[in-house]
Amino acid sequence: MNKWEDNKAWFLVLPVFVIVAFSAILPLMTVVNYSIQDIFGPGERVFVGLEWFEEVLADPRLHEALMRQFLFSGLVLLIEIPLGIGIALLMPKKGWGASLSLVLMALPLLIPWNVIGTIWIVFTRPDIGLFGSFINGIGIPFDHTASPIQAWITLILMEVWHWTPLVVLLAYAGLRAIPEAYFQAAKIDGASAWAVFKYIQLPKMRGVLTIALLLRFMDSFLIYAEPFVLTGGGPGNTTTFLSIYLVKIAVGQFDLGPAAAFSLIYFLIILLLSWLFYQVLQNAGKGDA
Amino acid sequence: MAQINLNKIAHSYIKHPTGDSDYALKLIDNIWDDGGAYALLGPSGCGKTTLLNIISGLLVPSKGRILFDGKDVTDMPPEKRNIAQVFQFPVLYDTMSVFDNLAFPLRNRGFDEDSVKTRVLEIAEILELTPFLYKKAAGLAADAKQKISLGRGLVRSDVAAILFDEPLTVIDPNLKWQLRCKLKEIHEQLKLTLIYVTHDQVEALTFADKVVVMYEGEIVQIGTPQELFENPSHKFVGYFIGSPGMNFLPCKVDGNIAVIQDSHGVMIKNNTSAQSLGIPLNDTLTSLASKASGQLELGIRPLYLKVHPTEVKGALKAKVKALQDHGNFKIITVILAGHTLRARLDEDDFTGTEDVWLEFPVDWIRLFAKERLLK
Repeated sequence: MNKWEDNKAWFLVLPVFVIVAFSAILPLMTVVNYSIQDIFGPGERVFVGLEWFEEVLADPRLHEALMRQFLFSGLVLLIEIPLGIGIALLMPKKGWGASLSLVLMALPLLIPWNVIGTIWIVFTRPDIGLFGSFINGIGIPFDHTASPIQAWITLILMEVWHWTPLVVLLAYAGLRAIPEAYFQAAKIDGASAWAVFKYIQLPKMRGVLTIALLLRFMDSFLIYAEPFVLTGGGPGNTTTFLSIYLVKIAVGQFDLGPAAAFSLIYFLIILLLSWLFYQVLQNAGKGDA
Repeated sequence: MAQINLNKIAHSYIKHPTGDSDYALKLIDNIWDDGGAYALLGPSGCGKTTLLNIISGLLVPSKGRILFDGKDVTDMPPEKRNIAQVFQFPVLYDTMSVFDNLAFPLRNRGFDEDSVKTRVLEIAEILELTPFLYKKAAGLAADAKQKISLGRGLVRSDVAAILFDEPLTVIDPNLKWQLRCKLKEIHEQLKLTLIYVTHDQVEALTFADKVVVMYEGEIVQIGTPQELFENPSHKFVGYFIGSPGMNFLPCKVDGNIAVIQDSHGVMIKNNTSAQSLGIPLNDTLTSLASKASGQLELGIRPLYLKVHPTEVKGALKAKVKALQDHGNFKIITVILAGHTLRARLDEDDFTGTEDVWLEFPVDWIRLFAKERLLK
């Protein structure tokens, strides 16, 4: 075989390279390009170095949005992961009950994201919404467009309703994959239900929970469509998360340079945190005791 | 330590079983001695694991009672029965150290930490796990893991019986031998009742004092390895034990001669003398045959079937089909009246001709009717 024949293999992977280049690498390069230039119009651009980065990093509104984002993702993960595991543990293992609960669980995941926002706008309306009017009916004044706390509660409820099923499905798959012998051995060893959970189910679910945590972290950190539809970032700026603020800069104010710098920082934060989560979860339970 | 009494046990996985075929276990009625090493041997799906789970309490039998030392434990859950079970693959608590794994059953039963420690160290010593005690169990090799699974059973001093469900499946062949010796050693040291499920006859024969052969949900024979080899009580035992399995020939007894039949029950004429192909029997066999009903079959182990390269008086002529070299012995496959027979030859016995003459030593001939040994 000569070298030419070996290189033919590259033609087979070429389509993938082209797709990745157009979908990921080129846009990323464009963003990098924008982030270090000041753009006035087509062909009119000035190299500004790290100026946009400095400006963005010093922006107090970005700091606030970042803090909100951390709080939001943190709360969402703290609720969704344990709740998802709990529901998965309670779901029937076989028979029609298993199929039915899987379908019910999958429903929220099948709805388009902006529709979710719309559903919840109607659902939580204080006058005609089932939820909103019920809360008002029991004597608690409720209006998520006026109260920041209520806006947060509504957003988190919506996010939990929308995405806990994903955690449930992953955890359920992880639980079903544990061989029956583990439970039989635990029975013989006289283990309590809590010990079975702690020493068998939880460690065996580590892989799928890592995936669930990463997906939920990234998605909740990038959340845009639902709060945009439901609260539009308000009241005030109280639900303006990073992505909403980013869109305001890029599309609202058309500040392409700062927006590009912002995107890169945003991207790096997610990359770094995802890597950290991954490392921590992978190393948990390894090595010598 | 306990004597295990299986009192008319039957089990079906179907809620309302109608026929015999709905039962995974048909009828087991047996008493297994305290301190015995039993191997449950049989092909996949014969009910071995079902029986094991009934003994351990993971399954409650549809019918019958099970008694340990005379005490009815049928409805007792596994943790109350004082049995230990080792599964096909190592079952470990991955996040725990070896020590904690071994201590787990004791801690669950509320033993104080001092006695837990004494007992764990004692068992670790027996199983040669002491050097790994404070390592995570997940990182060890398969044989060490399987020893930990075993250790979790042994650590309870009140354990009545240890059940093994094909425990050597995932172990490297060179370690299998070692681990099997270890099991035997522990058995002798601790005098526990051991029940060992396997489909590997070598494992069963080397491990157990008594081999329990199961076939289609029934125990077809319980015996020492020698008994199973020499007097298989069922055709299945003949096939299953020994490599290759027993040869069988359908026949009809005429006087003191077993006349070989072809697959349609027609007697086969000898091509040279126009006489029927006959194998002489002794008086015992003849009288057994006269009392039997149904189609008779003559069985003989390949080890005992004599093969002559030249014509011998009284021997039957057969065609050679294949000759396989197994290193220190050869297996010859021959065709006699349309039936395939195998015989074991010494390594330098015979090089290969087209025809051979078969001699059936009368002491090693067994007669079967309706698949069962006549005796």
